[in-house]
Amino acid sequence: MENLIALLVAAPLLGAAVLLCGGRRLDRIGHWLGTLLAAASFVVGAVLFVDMLGKGAEERALHQKLFSWIPVEGFQADIAFQLDQLSMTFVLLITGVGTLIHIYSIGYMEHDERRRRFFGYLNLFLAAMLLLVIADNYLLLYVGWEGVGLASYLLIGFWQHKPSAATAAKKAFLVNRVGDMGLSIAIMLMFTTFGTFAFGPVLGATGETSEGMLTAIGLMLLLAACGKSAQVPLQSWLGDAMEGPTPVSALIHAATMVTAGVYLIVRSGAIFNAAPDAQLAVVIVGAVTLLFGAIVGCAKDDIKKALAGSTMSQIGYMVLAAGLGPIGYAFAIMHLVTHGFFKAGLFLGAGSVMHGMNDEVDMRKYGGLRRYMPITFVTFGLGYLAIIGFPGLSGFWSKDKIIEAAFAYDDGIRGWIFGGVALLGAGITAFYMTRVMIMTFFGEKRWQPAPDPDKDASVEPGIEVTPGEMPHPHESPRSMTIPMIVLAFGSVFAGAFFSIGDRFANWLAPVTQFEHPHPVISVPAITTATMVVLLAGALIAYLMYGHRPVPVTAPRGSLLTRAARRDLLQDDFNHVVLVRGGEHLTRSLVYVDHSLVDGVVNGTAASFGGLSGRLRKLQNGYARSYAVSMFGGTAILIAATLLMRAV
Amino acid sequence: MSFPILTATAVLPAVGAIVTAAVPAARRTAAKWVALLFSLATLVMAAIVLVRFEPGGDRYQLTESHAWIADFGVRYELGVDGIGVVMVALTALLIPFVILAGWHDADPVETKSSRWRPTQGFFALILMVEAMVVLSFEATDVFLFYILFEAMLIPMYFLIGGFGDRAHSGTDENAAAQRSYAAVKFLLYNLAGGLIMLAAVIGLYVVAGSFSLSEIAEARASGSLDMATTTERLLFLGFFFAFAIKAPLWPLHTWLPNAMGEATAPVAVLITAVVDKVGTFAMLRFCLQLFPEASKWATPVIIVLALVSIVYGALLAVGQRDIKRLIAYASVSHFGFIVLGIFAMTSQGQSGATLYMVNHGLSTAALMLVAGFLISRRGSRLIADYGGVQKVAPVLAGTFLIGGLATLSLPGLAPFVSEFLVLVGTFAAYPVAGIIATFGIVLAALYTLVLYQRTMTGPVKTEVRTMPDLKVRELAVVAPLIALLLFLGVFPKPLTEIINPAVEHTMSDVQKQDPRPDVEAAK
Repeated sequence: MENLIALLVAAPLLGAAVLLCGGRRLDRIGHWLGTLLAAASFVVGAVLFVDMLGKGAEERALHQKLFSWIPVEGFQADIAFQLDQLSMTFVLLITGVGTLIHIYSIGYMEHDERRRRFFGYLNLFLAAMLLLVIADNYLLLYVGWEGVGLASYLLIGFWQHKPSAATAAKKAFLVNRVGDMGLSIAIMLMFTTFGTFAFGPVLGATGETSEGMLTAIGLMLLLAACGKSAQVPLQSWLGDAMEGPTPVSALIHAATMVTAGVYLIVRSGAIFNAAPDAQLAVVIVGAVTLLFGAIVGCAKDDIKKALAGSTMSQIGYMVLAAGLGPIGYAFAIMHLVTHGFFKAGLFLGAGSVMHGMNDEVDMRKYGGLRRYMPITFVTFGLGYLAIIGFPGLSGFWSKDKIIEAAFAYDDGIRGWIFGGVALLGAGITAFYMTRVMIMTFFGEKRWQPAPDPDKDASVEPGIEVTPGEMPHPHESPRSMTIPMIVLAFGSVFAGAFFSIGDRFANWLAPVTQFEHPHPVISVPAITTATMVVLLAGALIAYLMYGHRPVPVTAPRGSLLTRAARRDLLQDDFNHVVLVRGGEHLTRSLVYVDHSLVDGVVNGTAASFGGLSGRLRKLQNGYARSYAVSMFGGTAILIAATLLMRAV
Repeated sequence: MSFPILTATAVLPAVGAIVTAAVPAARRTAAKWVALLFSLATLVMAAIVLVRFEPGGDRYQLTESHAWIADFGVRYELGVDGIGVVMVALTALLIPFVILAGWHDADPVETKSSRWRPTQGFFALILMVEAMVVLSFEATDVFLFYILFEAMLIPMYFLIGGFGDRAHSGTDENAAAQRSYAAVKFLLYNLAGGLIMLAAVIGLYVVAGSFSLSEIAEARASGSLDMATTTERLLFLGFFFAFAIKAPLWPLHTWLPNAMGEATAPVAVLITAVVDKVGTFAMLRFCLQLFPEASKWATPVIIVLALVSIVYGALLAVGQRDIKRLIAYASVSHFGFIVLGIFAMTSQGQSGATLYMVNHGLSTAALMLVAGFLISRRGSRLIADYGGVQKVAPVLAGTFLIGGLATLSLPGLAPFVSEFLVLVGTFAAYPVAGIIATFGIVLAALYTLVLYQRTMTGPVKTEVRTMPDLKVRELAVVAPLIALLLFLGVFPKPLTEIINPAVEHTMSDVQKQDPRPDVEAAK
């Protein structure tokens, strides 16, 4: 059975290779091939899953070693896989949602002339993401980690002729590289501490080293997680990443890749368990991001950017839970899976709306769409209810557990603080999601004529739009609605299925351990409080956007609103400090190199042999000069040889 | 006596150079084919050397030894260790690509103001460089090495000064002036280094009474040759200075951007991927082996210089407006990594540095040669003159991106393996240096992706609208390089198996042991 593991990666990798190298001949079948190989990977995953279920809880982990990757004295890195319950959960999520989004993309990208390449990149992403979750050591995980970064880069910048897309792609890669520094240093620390970076030996030997070292490793892993999962302070790339085609936002920037940081922390649980300071840092990052993303989500009028803020915030919940230790790991992953369903569904719904609305993304120009796109409305609506935590739906089960666990951080003030933040976040979530829902599907029509793609670079290309034409919203083709329906199904039922009898927590327990949280206040009180803030948030949103007409151009707004629209000024900070500062630095260095370093070295030499003066003379370009200098060079060589005889 | 295969590997391209030069002036195409065939034959020969080399065997293998200048013990001594054999293979591998990529670089130009370009000479000079570089990787006699180290400057000088890049923003006279400036700067810098090395070579002879690497090393190991500390340090500095210019190490790097910018792209590859490697190779072979104590003495300063090279080179690359100068500064940064790995004096660092030399050769060749194809289409080296190329020439853009990703050491491609080994090997010995060097990975992403974004993405510029995609010949250059980058990224074992034993020898030369993991050390 373990020999099948490599197939998980091999199938989509083959797809990527064939589709990207295959040329135009494959244009007509490329998308089918890509989808088929994604589905094949899902089938392999399902077979392995069924096999895993047939075994006892402790014997479920499978290992496969392909070959020795970098054999150097004292350094051992293998191409080897490990498939345990945690990896299995991700494999099913990645291949399942991945296949659905492949199917969706067949319709969504139908008019794009580079559709084959799009599917090649999607397959490449699947391969890298699967490698990330089934690697059995941190260095191989790193390969998957950067592989998904590459796929994300290629897909964000898929419409490369749009400068904004190209810039967003570059930004995502660069910010992630800062996180990668953390992963690199963490691996180096593991190597110098344990002499290895394979999961088993490292995570099994955490008791043999100091807490300080584990804290250092943990903080470096957290830095890596911040980059990949768009957590404060490395969150700035995610909003811009919405430049990519919408299926990409759904798969990579909502359901799977951005959750890799949560995987990394949960996988490294043994390190964090023994390093409480690092855990506290994780919880703080999660709590801050949870609010940060939610606030940004409240202010955005671009439907995808509002959802991106929401993703950031929901991952904040997961990271917070992952920082809580064994009381939180299982819930972090459970929320990750349910979020994978409803957020992917919401993004696909947003894509469907854009598809019907001439690719308009501004919610202020939507309104009243529920009658025109009933399936999109219902599936999006179910995703909406799931994410705000409506009782019985997926988000209710998974988010509520995280709020409970946050209240159980400790007996004192920290439990109250983090529990309170998680609770507050639930209220803001209800607010911004209700806002999205109302502005898009309810109220009066605020549709605007299509912009001119030649004049307005923000128009998604590839789909024919006649400038000036009013949108004719229509339901999307079946290839797009079926994935939305399947995901809506998961958004409704997955949470209850996982939670009843602690099914999900028990499934993961052999890998992540599991302890029941004991919150500072009683669980019914927390549930009640959650319901209250949820209703309050939704009500405020209704009063602001449902009760009153929505202006087509955004009002100026309060200071906070304006700051939130600009991603709470993070980009402005980056621009002033890093971009401007960096430009000045490199420019002055270019000057220094040209006049100072070059000058000093030449000058030093000149004081010996008139080098600099001769160099200046030689710029005159007379052939004679070369000859003289060449003669000089040769003469020196001959003299050197003769000199040797004299010695 | 067995067949002198090492000599043959070096003589073959030298013969090729002579034959190519002798092809009648009118038969330019024939000359190109002759050069290509000789370079391929050399590659076959190098492959045989690689196969016959036994990783677990003697340190120096396939040795040859003949008296040369008997008066003072100069011998024609050859032999390869695991590092040398890999470098010979790299050189032999890259030259056919260089020739193929430069196929039209020396064609006569029809304008009045341009000089006639002697096609035969161009390819003969490339083969000449190959012959000398190969022999310098094989030489185990210090004097023989020195002669080659200096002699390879002559063909290089003519390649840079005589066959510059046609893409130039200024007038022809201006271009010629800049070209000759670059060529002379290259020559004088390297000659200056060579002169100082010459003094050290003579000094070494005075002290040791021999030029034979193995004899001196043996004498030092057995204690029969006792070198005063100051003497050893001075000799070390003499050698190191020359190698640091060639490598090139900050602040002696300023000749490289000029030379790589003005030379044609294939010659730029020849400079950075082949000739410069002699410098870093010689640090491993001569500095560490002959002067282990002085090497350790100088390590702190060299580590700092290497770190400055890494960060400084990368920052300078970010600030460049010329595509080829950008790649040149990226190379400065990469050479910093190589030197860092060598002087970290750990197994991982040195294996990584050796592997880095190979991988840097492949990745820079891929990036620079595609850049050359791009530049030849538009006639400009300025980044700002491009934009949207991806739309009109997707294959060119794709290969350029892969070359760029290799340059930024993306995991999965070969340079990642070597860069990570260097980082981890450095970190084990000097944690702070390891962390500073890690900043290089962010900066590398910055200069590479900015280059890609500005040239390949965005709206299509009018001037590139009719740009053709890669031709078959160009694809034949790039595709094998990319295949190798992928293969060695996933399966570097064939190379590490050859390199590892040689690294162990060097480690025992400098009497260094790897730091043990904390957990083990505590037990």
